Amino acid sequence: MASRSAELSTMRASRRSSVQLWRRIQEVSLGYLLLAPALILLLVFEVFPIFYGLYISACDWRLSCVQFIGIDNYIRAFTEPDMWRSLLVTATYSAIAVPVQLGLGLLLAYLLFQKIRGQQLFRVLFFMPYITSTVASAAIWSFLYNQDKGLINSILTQFGFPALRWLSEKTGVWQMLVQPLGIELPGWATGPSLAMIALIIYTTWVFVGYDIAIFLAGLGNIPGELYDAAKVDGASGWTLFRNITLPLLSPTTFFLLVLTVIGTFKAFNHIWVMTQGGPVDATTTTSIYIFKQLFQYNRYGYSAALSFILFAVILVLTIAQNRFAGRRVVYD
Amino acid sequence: MSAKNKHPQFSISRALIYAILILGALASVLPFAYMLMTALKTYGSATTNNFWPWFPLGDEALQWSNFTETIETSGKDNQWQTFLFIRYFVNSVVTSLAIVAGTVITSIFAAYALTHINLPGRNLIFLLILATIMVPNDLTLVPKVVMMFQLQWYNTYLALIVPFLASVFGIFLIRQFFLQIPRDLFDAARIDGAGHLRYLFTIVVPLSKPAIVTTALLNFIWAWDNFKWPLLVTRDSSMRVLAVGMQQFLVSEGGTKVQLMMAFAAMVVVPIVIFYFFTQKYFTEGVITTGIKG
Repeated sequence: MASRSAELSTMRASRRSSVQLWRRIQEVSLGYLLLAPALILLLVFEVFPIFYGLYISACDWRLSCVQFIGIDNYIRAFTEPDMWRSLLVTATYSAIAVPVQLGLGLLLAYLLFQKIRGQQLFRVLFFMPYITSTVASAAIWSFLYNQDKGLINSILTQFGFPALRWLSEKTGVWQMLVQPLGIELPGWATGPSLAMIALIIYTTWVFVGYDIAIFLAGLGNIPGELYDAAKVDGASGWTLFRNITLPLLSPTTFFLLVLTVIGTFKAFNHIWVMTQGGPVDATTTTSIYIFKQLFQYNRYGYSAALSFILFAVILVLTIAQNRFAGRRVVYD
Repeated sequence: MSAKNKHPQFSISRALIYAILILGALASVLPFAYMLMTALKTYGSATTNNFWPWFPLGDEALQWSNFTETIETSGKDNQWQTFLFIRYFVNSVVTSLAIVAGTVITSIFAAYALTHINLPGRNLIFLLILATIMVPNDLTLVPKVVMMFQLQWYNTYLALIVPFLASVFGIFLIRQFFLQIPRDLFDAARIDGAGHLRYLFTIVVPLSKPAIVTTALLNFIWAWDNFKWPLLVTRDSSMRVLAVGMQQFLVSEGGTKVQLMMAFAAMVVVPIVIFYFFTQKYFTEGVITTGIKG
């Protein structure tokens, strides 16, 4: 009697466990099934293309790999003056755009943070350029910069300044400043082209609202007691900003710095719409150079190799920023 | 003293702060105002008079016909017997909505599997998904274009939509939200006999509306702004999206017919701006947490 009931209970238990096993198998298959669409798409369109791109970059590619040429495309890139010039243009663009954008963003965010009436409205307005379609705003700015009909030149001439050629001016800005004095600067001292400066003004206009939003979030995280304590000690204005705001905001600033440097090295849409890399090659950044090689000359292998080179540059820059700027970041 | 701090009184420095902020806000908005103003001018006025031409500074009539003229000037789409502008618009709406729907669905499914089902290798899979954030779009541009040719998706909607149907940001954002849903809810639902799918759709999804809306909005804006990819993988004008069509219009007509170019831009910008004003809370939050369009 006792043994029978024990037998029965083990039978029930094994049946229960096989039901559980079956349920578990069902559950795990459901899980993988739910993951499959995202996983397959990411594998096919994100992971696989990296390796495929490496292969293409090692090929003389015309619809397919007609000849495997190893590192020839890379050698060609490194011996191509246009490639180096494009890197220099990109570096110039980045070196000016990043500090201007972050500096202005920080200034406006800090001002907005001073218990300002209508803070929300200001934020929304500053953010507007960022959310509008890049091609549309770049088209508007192309017209603002127009030499004969543009608003900017109208305002300049209204105040007695000469009209400028903006996006089609390849002369360096320092040279333009000393031009009226009849001075001819040597090539390396002429400064970034006016076309480049015009692009940077546009980029600042677009991204400053984004920087403000991020800086405001960072400012909000600084405990108010710190300011109160420092005020009790008699600190004010610039001292507060220099000794409390800047160091405690440094993680935010660092995040934006890394993001903005990467952004400037990848910048494409607005440059293509506004200058297509011109005048001559004055605004041909590496992104534009790669795109031209691909889009206009169908050099697949070469532009794949260039993409890897640009990626390596961005990677090295990001690591360098982590090493040098990252060290100064204060984490509490 | 404390009362003074709460209600800062007028001072020169505060006036200066407002002056700078107002100047900044004006600079942000002015190009849009200029776009609208020029879009409503005649060609002659647009090219000779850059300042406000209407009452009280002038008496020009508003040229509403510029908008219809822009649509007509964009050209004919022979396939659908309509104007190309309409076609661009439909292409943009269709691809953006398809991308949004696809991303939201794949992200919800993946996030659920990663948070509510005890899968072998779950953490490894999540790490793999996160690692793909590091792959910049431009790095894989060439191979992806080549793939479009090989799949014979070149110049089709498939090329415009399918590569973007999964989004790491979407998975990440929604997963973070799913993680916060209390486990007790799940146990209670199980006792009531609900399976995973029913639990997902009746409890988890409705609870996670904010994260899902943010994912949808960000992906929509991003898809709408997509320019380089459509430029590379479409050939026919009937396959262009708005961004590409607008750039082509700028190249072909924009230089000579500024008022039409601005009307074109206005028709693209105004809907987005209105959309933004209604949803800006989600936008700002989402942008801060994900940092898109860097």
